[in-house]
Order: sequence, then C-alpha cells, then structure tokens
Amino acid sequence: MIYLILFYEFCKIGLFALGGGPATLPFLMDLADKYDWYTKEQLADLVAVSQSTPGPLGINMATFAGYHAAGILGAILASLSLVFPSLVIIILVAKFLNNFNEKPVVKGIFYGIRPAVTGLIAVSVINLFEISLFDEVNGLTKLNVPVAILTVVVFFLLQIKQLGKLHPGVWLLAGAAAGILFRL
Amino acid sequence: MGILGELFFAFAKIGVLTFGGGLTMLPMLKHELVEQKKWVTEDEILDYYAVGQCTPGIIAVNVSTFIGYKKAGIIGAVISTLGMITPSVVIITVIAGILTTFMNNVWVASALMGIRGVVCALLVQTVITLAKKSIEDYFCAFIFIGVFVASFLFSLPSVVAVIITGLLGIFMYKIKEKKRKGREK
Repeated sequence: MIYLILFYEFCKIGLFALGGGPATLPFLMDLADKYDWYTKEQLADLVAVSQSTPGPLGINMATFAGYHAAGILGAILASLSLVFPSLVIIILVAKFLNNFNEKPVVKGIFYGIRPAVTGLIAVSVINLFEISLFDEVNGLTKLNVPVAILTVVVFFLLQIKQLGKLHPGVWLLAGAAAGILFRL
Repeated sequence: MGILGELFFAFAKIGVLTFGGGLTMLPMLKHELVEQKKWVTEDEILDYYAVGQCTPGIIAVNVSTFIGYKKAGIIGAVISTLGMITPSVVIITVIAGILTTFMNNVWVASALMGIRGVVCALLVQTVITLAKKSIEDYFCAFIFIGVFVASFLFSLPSVVAVIITGLLGIFMYKIKEKKRKGREK
C-alpha cells in the first residue's frame, strides 16, 4: 500500500514541479505535513546531502525521501515515479509536436507558473530557515546564533563574484568543517 | 555494445560527474554528446533544453529522455532516463543508509549543523537568481507576491498554486500578445 501511495505522490510531483530540481522542494514540504515519512528537520538534511552528491537535485531528493518512507524499494520507486510523467510527455512532444516551446499556450502557462514557483520556493526556504536556525528550548523558540552567523557570512561571501562561482560542494564541505570546528 | 548500452552508460556517466542538475549539466552534456559522441549538434542540445524547461519534471532528465528518443525511439528514451537516474539512486541510497546509522554521532551532528547553515545561504541565493529570471513585469510580480502570501499565511497547496497560475498565465499572455501586435500595427 505504501508503494502505491509513493507512486501516486511522486508522479504528482513529477507532473507539477515545473522548473526542475528546486521546484520539488515545496512539494516535499507538503509531503512532510501529510505523512510521517520524514520530519522537516530530516528534509533540511536531505536538501544538504542532495546538493553535495552527484546527479540531478530533484532525483536525489526524491530518492532520499523515498528511502525514508519505505527503504531501498521506496527509494527506487520514488525516483522512477518522479520521472514517469515527464518521460511520457517528452515522448509525446518529440513524436507529435514541433516547436512545442514556441506555442502560445505553452509560453502562457510558463509566463504564469515561473513567478509562482519562485514564490513557492521562497516559502519553503523560509520554512527551512525556521528549522535550521531556530531551536526549541523548553517550549520557547530560540535563534541558534552560531549557525545564523554562519549563514549570514556565507551569504555575503557568495556575493563576491569569484567566490559565487565556486562549486556548492566546496561551501558544503566548508560548512561541515565549521560545524565540527565550532561544535555547532 | 549496442546503441541502448551506449545510451545508458553515456547518461550514467553524466549523472555521476555532475552536481546540482539543471543548467549546471549543460557544459557536461555538450562535452559528452556533442564533442565526444557526436550524437547531436550544439544547437539541438539548446533546443532540447528549451523543451526540457517547458515540460514538467527535472530539466536534465528531460533532456536525456529527449536525446534518447531521437537516437533510438521509445526504448531509447526509457534507457537514457534510467541511465541518468541510476547513479543518483545508488549513491543516495547508500548515503541515506549510512546517515541513518551515524545521525546520533556527535561529529556527524555537528557537521550537519554547519551544512544546514550553508544550505540556508545557498537557497537564498537560488531564490534571488530565480526571482531575477522569472519576474519580468508587474503581472509576474503580482503572481509572485500573491502565491507567496497564500502559501505562507494560508498554506495553499503547491499543486493548486501551479494550476491556477498556469491558467492565469495563458489568459494574460494572450492579452500581452494582443497589445504587442496592436502596437506593431
């Protein structure tokens, strides 16, 4: 039964997450609310791991989420389900539609969806902020100051042109090193 | 090795060697498929990217599906897609297994806290880049703010947001085109 639910949920993400990898994030957030497959804290780690390992971000996140939900089979099923809708659609487009991306309807859909997806991702990022930068101590939410400082420092370093071009993996390694060094 | 085997391993190699997906995969795809294999031209790759961005799903995977279809039909599309995702599935499954075992280790926990801090910064950067690209006029800005507020304050489901804004987009694009044509006359 869990496999059927996984197939359904990840097909849905594959169909509606327009705009590639990061666009899957809001949908994975929705899943964390809906099922007890993973917590939002685990989702934060999942994003980190997905960014620092090879392969497309969206596939990595789906595999990870599927693994948490139902082990190795879940991992395989989630990533297959994620690509299934686009596989069918691409084959149809390649077979029947020339200049698909020039069609006014397609252009119109993306004209509306692109800013919407950006808005959805922005909300997911705020949710991740709450999870990553705040701790709950005796029922009170408290800012984790060292981690917050790390975030701000890295953000400003990213604005420097040469540093901004560095591979994300370099930043994540530096973050891991800082975490161990300062016992975050 | 037949064409199917070649497709599988070509895309598996790209899957292993690239991080992040999307546009970061473009240079690698060009190198492997245009210069090495000579399966497609550089113009064709850019066309496939344009389609890959306008179809649902993961952009890099969509491009591999498209090229697989062009080379060897439906089976080619399926094999190329599987080639692209197999390395991720194997690597992530192994890491997920290791992580669940070592999550409570002090060192791993500290490292993950540091990584979370960096991920927050990287994601803010991603949102800024996306916003610059996707908000091209007042209508887009209105959609961005509307969806942001509806999702943040009222937990609007993501699927609903995508359907509504897609329909609005078709409608507004028509008006925009009419205005543009009117001005040209």
